[in-house]
Amino acid sequence: MSNVTGEDRRSRTSLTVRLWEARWYLLAGLAAVMVAYGFGPGRAWALPLAVLLLFAALFSAKPRARIAEKAREVEAEGLQRLSGEYLAAAVADPLIIFDRTTTVVHANAAAFAAFGGMAPGLSLSLKFRAPEMQALLDSVVSGKVASDALDYLEKLPVERVYRVTASSVGNGTGLFVLVFKDQSEARRIDRMRADFIANASHELRTPLASIAGFIETLRGPARNDPAAREQFLQIMQNQTSRMARLIDDLLSLSRLEMKPYLKAGAHVDLRQTLESVIDSLSPLARDSNLVVERDFAEGQLAVPGDRDELFQVFENLLENACKYGQSGGRVAVSVARGGTAAEPTVDVTIRDFGPGIAEEHIPRITERFYRVDVETSRAQKGTGLGLSIVKHILTRHNARMSIRSELGKGAAFTIHLPAN
Amino acid sequence: MQSVHIVSAYDEELKFLAKRIAAMGGHAERMVEQAVAALVNADQDLAQKVIRDDIVLDEGQREIDDKAILIIARRQPMATDLREIVGAIRISADLERVGDLGKNVAKRVMSVTDGREATSLYRGLEALANLALIQLKEVLDVYASRSVDKIGLMRDRDEQIDAMYTSLFRELLTYMMEDPRNITSCTHLLFCAKNIERIGDHATNIAETIYYIVTGDQMPAERPKEDKTDRVVVQQAELTK
Repeated sequence: MSNVTGEDRRSRTSLTVRLWEARWYLLAGLAAVMVAYGFGPGRAWALPLAVLLLFAALFSAKPRARIAEKAREVEAEGLQRLSGEYLAAAVADPLIIFDRTTTVVHANAAAFAAFGGMAPGLSLSLKFRAPEMQALLDSVVSGKVASDALDYLEKLPVERVYRVTASSVGNGTGLFVLVFKDQSEARRIDRMRADFIANASHELRTPLASIAGFIETLRGPARNDPAAREQFLQIMQNQTSRMARLIDDLLSLSRLEMKPYLKAGAHVDLRQTLESVIDSLSPLARDSNLVVERDFAEGQLAVPGDRDELFQVFENLLENACKYGQSGGRVAVSVARGGTAAEPTVDVTIRDFGPGIAEEHIPRITERFYRVDVETSRAQKGTGLGLSIVKHILTRHNARMSIRSELGKGAAFTIHLPAN
Repeated sequence: MQSVHIVSAYDEELKFLAKRIAAMGGHAERMVEQAVAALVNADQDLAQKVIRDDIVLDEGQREIDDKAILIIARRQPMATDLREIVGAIRISADLERVGDLGKNVAKRVMSVTDGREATSLYRGLEALANLALIQLKEVLDVYASRSVDKIGLMRDRDEQIDAMYTSLFRELLTYMMEDPRNITSCTHLLFCAKNIERIGDHATNIAETIYYIVTGDQMPAERPKEDKTDRVVVQQAELTK
């Protein structure tokens, strides 16, 4: 019953609405009827004419009401009518809409940027050929599963890792959507950790080798030499404490890599640092029949920086000079003041007089694992990490390194450290 | 492919061929990738998996051959369709060979694992494999998108692969002359390098086939290529310098 009354009310209200909307027609019609009634000869026609006008007004008003009603309907279902394209464009991750034949229907801008050539009409199973991707597309398109996800690795040309989700859209639309979530950053952090371990083991090996050498000497030739024993034990102690410091430093290196700044305020006495580097490498220099020459500038030679890190820089460079410049018979370590008046620097040069480095290798020499001569490097137990560590530390010190070399005349590595 | 045939099953059949080629391509890429990874990391299990996977490509090729012959017999294809079908036969043969080469690399993993001190060699092989894989990936991407204007770049890449191969060849020879104990592993690595280099050549072949499918013309025959290993000689003097 209530239904019927509701319908009645609606039809009654719609009748008044129609009359109200047609009010101007009605007024004009009334005026026309009055005129006809007043002057025209056919007074008998006036009444039917008025009735006719009323009906005409009612029916002409109807479409307007319909349009208004439709507009209200459209507003009500706004979300359902939202364009898929706009929605796809608003998603920041690559998103591809495809149909039952895995043909691309629409790809958003992120998908274009990530994969290129994602034009509508391209077949997805031709573009993503990895076996597991094919299986994912097949299972979703065939309706076996409504949605599925997997990790997709694109190795070349640059390594990218995505979490890919494929799912069908709505009920029976015949459309499917593929969303890629970029996880390359997490992968890169994993890679950094692996590099860190490689660095760590290299760093620990050098002092360990030095200690092992001294132990051998103490058990052998220096067994009955108290003075030498005392000196060696001192060096060994220095090395072990350095190893401990190194472990601490290496553990914090991964944190430091995020922000390549040094803690402010610390200063390093270059003279003292270089002396202890030369001391710790003196066994190696003696074994290689090398004389280490010093040429230090007068006065205070302090620069802002981290002592252990700079120690490592000079140690790596001097070690290289001893290893590869053996034929020259001497290695020169010099410190000089340089740079411009505005930006004074302290330049430390470590020069050997060995075979030198060919020009084509110099730009690449600080790359990880790059070796000029594999055979020599292997003979010297080099790992190919030394100079890249140097470069990394120098970047942190805002310093730079210049390499000058001429074949047959040796090589000079100069570190330009900012003086203040 | 763009035009629509009156018999829609014909379209379906052509699409099936393309899809099957792409799936084979994906398998071939994966096999080569895993074979090189197995070689670099001395991973026996992965190597065994690659060897087992080769059968997928063999089956793929056989299936494409059968399907293509059936289509030719049934539909009497003309022009683009005929090129598409003949091209599919040729590309699947190339991909099957790529899979064989990957399998060959995987087979050698066992023999190479002894002398592993020369990491730079493996890095070189990895770089060579990456070049070849990029080439294969680009070629298969062109097969999907049909934009043959990108094919010119492929030949440059082929030259890079040849240069890389020549340099690896020289390096391996040096190792062998340095120490006869290296000869076993170096010879195996030499074959691996050769196999990977051949993958690049197959990718170039596929590129030429695609060019033919799309344009109907043969690709202009300017192929100066070829590696220079036929002239590489390592003198004893070079070793002792």
